Amino acid sequence: MPLLIEQALNGLQLGVMLFLLAAGLTLIFGIMGVINLAQGSLYMVGAYAMAAVAAKTGSFWLAAPAGLLAAAVAGMAMEYLVIRKLYARDHLDQVLATFGLILFFNQMTTLIFGRQPLFVEIPDFLEGSVPIVAGVRYPLYRLAIIAVGLATAVGLYVLIARTRLGMLIRAGATNRDMVRALGVDIRLLYTVLFGLGAMLAGLAGVMAGPILSVQVGMGEQVLILTFVVVVIGGVGSIRGAFAGAMIVGIVDTVLRAFLPGLLRQVMMGPEADALAAGLSAMGVYLLMAIVLLVRPKGLLPAHG
Amino acid sequence: MNLKGCISAAALSLFAAFPALAQQPVKIGMITTLSGPGGYLGQDVRDAFNLAIEMEGGRLGGAPVQLLVEDDALKPGQGKEIAERFMKTERVKLLTGIIFSNVAGATVPDVLDNGGVYVSPNAGPSNFAGRECHKNYFVVSWQNDTLHESAGQNATNLGFKRAFVLAPNYQAGKDAIAGFKRFFKGQVVGEIYTRLDQTDYAAEMAQIRAANPDVVFQFHPGGLGIAFARQYQQAGLLQNVPMVVAAPSLDSVILKAIGDAALGVHISSHWNSDLPNEANKAFVAAFQKKYGRMPTYYAAQGYDTALAIAAALKETGGKVDDVNAFSAAMRKANFQSVRGSFRFGPNQHPVHDWYSLRVERGADGNLGIVTKGKVLESHSDIYARDCKL
Repeated sequence: MPLLIEQALNGLQLGVMLFLLAAGLTLIFGIMGVINLAQGSLYMVGAYAMAAVAAKTGSFWLAAPAGLLAAAVAGMAMEYLVIRKLYARDHLDQVLATFGLILFFNQMTTLIFGRQPLFVEIPDFLEGSVPIVAGVRYPLYRLAIIAVGLATAVGLYVLIARTRLGMLIRAGATNRDMVRALGVDIRLLYTVLFGLGAMLAGLAGVMAGPILSVQVGMGEQVLILTFVVVVIGGVGSIRGAFAGAMIVGIVDTVLRAFLPGLLRQVMMGPEADALAAGLSAMGVYLLMAIVLLVRPKGLLPAHG
Repeated sequence: MNLKGCISAAALSLFAAFPALAQQPVKIGMITTLSGPGGYLGQDVRDAFNLAIEMEGGRLGGAPVQLLVEDDALKPGQGKEIAERFMKTERVKLLTGIIFSNVAGATVPDVLDNGGVYVSPNAGPSNFAGRECHKNYFVVSWQNDTLHESAGQNATNLGFKRAFVLAPNYQAGKDAIAGFKRFFKGQVVGEIYTRLDQTDYAAEMAQIRAANPDVVFQFHPGGLGIAFARQYQQAGLLQNVPMVVAAPSLDSVILKAIGDAALGVHISSHWNSDLPNEANKAFVAAFQKKYGRMPTYYAAQGYDTALAIAAALKETGGKVDDVNAFSAAMRKANFQSVRGSFRFGPNQHPVHDWYSLRVERGADGNLGIVTKGKVLESHSDIYARDCKL
């Protein structure tokens, strides 16, 4: 039982990380109609900026905002210089251009920081682990990730559903021309929105820095799983991204954690391990296929 | 014929009269990985090889050499292409440099089929070590399995009884676990194959804790290993369950990236910067002086490769044209390796000692890799007996 609780927390933590990445992606796609493959690069920018500032100043409270800011600025610059010219083009052009951006960001990072992975320390006050139920200790830093992720989800909901900016965003998604006719600067709105999506990716990067390795290409490692989340949740829907991220996070963790044990009950050890490794790697993709079969628009689609 | 032409013709005939003076440099083709996350591996091999040439004043074994270096970008196809270019247009007979086994697998057979000699400074895949061994193929580094065999022996020597083993689900990962199990005398209480694209190991950490082993053996190269080691520490396992790894999982570059998460980890390796032999002292000092960084074991292998080639060139009088004579000279391995004792086994892979190392905090407060003792003496590999040379 303690193991189950711990693995559930692990799943939750993976889920909120995926949510932060997927939220930006789905926001940008749902409202602006742009497929942004370079979302993973913004995640990398956030992590690198945070690592660099932390190494220079030694302060987490300077490093974390620096990571967010760097990702947001990189995102807005990307929108202004590249994406803006692609709104009217079809998705293939967008995919090509944003794939080019991935190559650009990776090479740029190699030039500035070199190929060696960077080291980021966990801030002192989040070091160590705490007891959650009898006999189970859980790393404090991972609990903090869960808390920040859930708080961000609530914040996003409030922003979109309750504020004027959110209203404009929703309006822009439904009818872009009408919003412009009413005198709203839609181009500025899109740039701000892109920056917001980039900042969410940057936040994921900042939080991932101390537990993963900060290195060139780290964005592509999570990109595919992020797309799976967006597709399962329903493209363009923040609520869908949240549901999708939680499901993918928990399913992936539970399969990895418990499938080998289950299979070992019925098969020989090494064969069970090999089969379990294969099945758990396929798990989330299988889930995506099933969801698409039953609900082709995803679990919680944006429009109806 | 103008004046300039006259002079060069005269110079040419002069050189023809004294061939020893005008000796053409021996071309050595180096195909290695310089880009991507594995780029520092090739960089260290190349730099150490160049260092050996420089220390002899532009020569190896008395013969002037010219080193041609190309980046394979960890793409087997690209490695093969470079080898072809080296051999056809540059007339290179002697090749070296490949880091990764998949690149070697695509490139080495071509080199050998075209009458070249290949000397490996790193990759030592099993398929070229046994039945498919070749008289013109030498491995100076190690046979892949032996890295993990030494880790298994190290765990046995350290008295661990119950091991939990983890590696990514691909060929090298499976070989690592097989190699470890071959020499580990205790019981394997858990075996997990992770994914090559995995970055979060929280689920595995919980399983390790639940199995409560004496020791964890893991093989996660590059960035995977960095993430694994740090999460191992954060999960609070580092203080309770010792970790045993082979050299590729923890070199001096990775040590820098994981910091305190490496403290106390047991490593087994064929070389360490503090090995007390004279050749090694000279190498480490010269490398640090020239490049301003600690050499990794990849650098030591690059340097040994250059020395092995130098010894053979010395015996053949700087000639590679007669490939059989050159290979015969190579086989003697008449050089002072930086790892101490070294000779080629029957399959022309190394027979050498393996050491037990540990990450400790030095007097200056920095983490360092310290040699603790020998794990295996004059160790060969299990494929050698299948090789009929």
